[in-house]
Amino acid sequence: MSRRYLARYLVSRYFSSSVSPRPLHVCIVGSGPAGFYTADKLLKAHEGARIDIIDRLPTPFGLVRSGVAPDHPETKIAINQFSRVAQHERCSFYGNVKLGSDLLLSELRDLYHVVVLAYGAESDKDLGIPGETLSGIYSAREFVWWYNGHPDYSSLKPDLTSSDTAVILGQGNVALDVARILLRPTTELASTDIARHALSALEESSIRKVFLVGRRGPVQAALTAKELREVLGIKNMHIRIKETDLSVTPADEEEMKNSRIRKRIYELLSKAAAAAGTSESDPDQRELHFVFFRQPDRFLESNERKGHVSGVNLEKTILESAGSGKQLAVGTGEFEDLNCSLVLKAIGYKSVPINGLPFDHKKGVVPNVRGRVVSQPVEGLSQTERGLYVCGWLKRGPVGIIATNLYCAEETVGSISEDIEEGVFTSSKEGSKGLMQLLEKREVKKVDFSGWEKVDAKEKQMGSERNKPREKLVTWDDLLAAAAAN
Amino acid sequence: MFGHRISRSGSAIVKQLAREGYKSTYGRRNLQRSYGHYLPSLPMVQTRTSQEAFFLKNHRFYTASASTPEEGDEETEKITIIFVDKDGEEIPVKVPIGMSVLEAAHENDIDLEGACEASLACSTCHVIVMDTEYYNKLEEPTDEENDMLDLAFGLTETSRLGCQVIASPELDGVHLAIPSATRNFAVDGFVPKPH
Repeated sequence: MSRRYLARYLVSRYFSSSVSPRPLHVCIVGSGPAGFYTADKLLKAHEGARIDIIDRLPTPFGLVRSGVAPDHPETKIAINQFSRVAQHERCSFYGNVKLGSDLLLSELRDLYHVVVLAYGAESDKDLGIPGETLSGIYSAREFVWWYNGHPDYSSLKPDLTSSDTAVILGQGNVALDVARILLRPTTELASTDIARHALSALEESSIRKVFLVGRRGPVQAALTAKELREVLGIKNMHIRIKETDLSVTPADEEEMKNSRIRKRIYELLSKAAAAAGTSESDPDQRELHFVFFRQPDRFLESNERKGHVSGVNLEKTILESAGSGKQLAVGTGEFEDLNCSLVLKAIGYKSVPINGLPFDHKKGVVPNVRGRVVSQPVEGLSQTERGLYVCGWLKRGPVGIIATNLYCAEETVGSISEDIEEGVFTSSKEGSKGLMQLLEKREVKKVDFSGWEKVDAKEKQMGSERNKPREKLVTWDDLLAAAAAN
Repeated sequence: MFGHRISRSGSAIVKQLAREGYKSTYGRRNLQRSYGHYLPSLPMVQTRTSQEAFFLKNHRFYTASASTPEEGDEETEKITIIFVDKDGEEIPVKVPIGMSVLEAAHENDIDLEGACEASLACSTCHVIVMDTEYYNKLEEPTDEENDMLDLAFGLTETSRLGCQVIASPELDGVHLAIPSATRNFAVDGFVPKPH
């Protein structure tokens, strides 16, 4: 079959199916991986789907832009595919549109047959221990958004010069990301898309030792091999792990037997511990300490600088079986102090509820069944909210990688498809047209995809002058001005 | 009204295809079967163009023996790979020796993602080798591939990344399943669902 024949075939297919389908108006809230994968799968599954993706930021791609570390450019390649989705003729992107203030959820549901909430997790879990509000303590999210030039955190100014030590609470990939950014030679960061203010601050940083503190042991660390391998390869950096922490119990063995990733992580950590040479007196030497079996009990306040953190009081822990192969950390009543001037809490993100949306405050997610939002149960009976769906972290909690959203979106789109087949969406809806009218009435300066392309072009051009892939615009004013430029 | 819009986009596609010429054979098979199990859908022509650029860019996955398959080029040696898609449908495709499974999938409109474009930074092109015998014929995955496989959805003992499996004569006839959120694949005793 030749290309020409293929073209004819395609056209005939278009014509033959042109009697239907009816347009299905869809609004996706949030333009990160969950939002874009949902859009992609909906476009493929339904010829009638007409999709608007809205985002509170003027820029698309969510955590691919503001979460993925600047020294992981290959992970950001997913943007290429998301851009193709955004440019699909049945899909539009509108940034700088805030659900909850510019628009109400009830209004969106009136305008669209299907509303998919995929706005992620823009807050943090708390430890709930004394001293948590001292200055010098940040959530890892705040720190990440700062170095990635998120417009809400570009003026964070974390204190990186008061001592040589930072403590990171948590041992997942986010913890490893922030540790790597703190310790990596800035000459290596200079050619990434790291925000300029962050690069300057890191160049002045006196942090040379980072302690990664976890409640459990090396077998339970929730990090992944690629990220671990990467820090093990950083020039001039030494990994420190207490040998006693590496001994494993039969319960640990069992956990490793059941999880290939746990086993591989443990092996990598053991290898790193064995390779750790003796410290030389290189003033620029960096140290990454894995501190296992410790949980934070309270933060210590500096005597010299009131209101500023000077360390963390840690309680030793041991593991106890919690059934079904799971082991939990419990405190032993033994405490020790770890001095530092910077604390980053990498203990998990949390989603933010909005008005009119059922929300499970305990789990920090929207209650749902395979992506269909479930209303608060009345007398034990819960019902699904017609036309309202969730995807991504808002649906399943803040875990997983970009690819996890692929399957998450597949499931949510599967539920939407079932509802379409069952004839749930029969009423007529205004869709995009109605949204445009509403935004105009409220004088919301939306940024469409061509606006983003202007931002993108400007950032890339600024980046090329500094030998970086892009120099991010980091304030709302700059972003909106670039998007509106002629 | 809506019909009119569709006819316009149809003619836009004709133009686009005419511009692309006869360089490749994308999308032929796809037209012969319905795609996706909800409604018949159209292949995304727009996506395909950029994929073309992507294949040209990723030379290292093409060996000399597998030059870009030209229309009517019978010289290039090919093997048959049978993809088992998310609906359990078997799709046999001819793949030139030296081409990666990810490229082969995209050339034939198989719904296999490739978010990082073969830079070993994601696990979206995860495939499951359905026959252990074939799996054992493959070279061991590298540490880097294993790092990504650790995170793959629905990981099995015979999982691989499509971008790292290169077509070779001994793989002729291999079945590769694409994991699905709504199906569970098991290598042993797997029975494709009739569709």
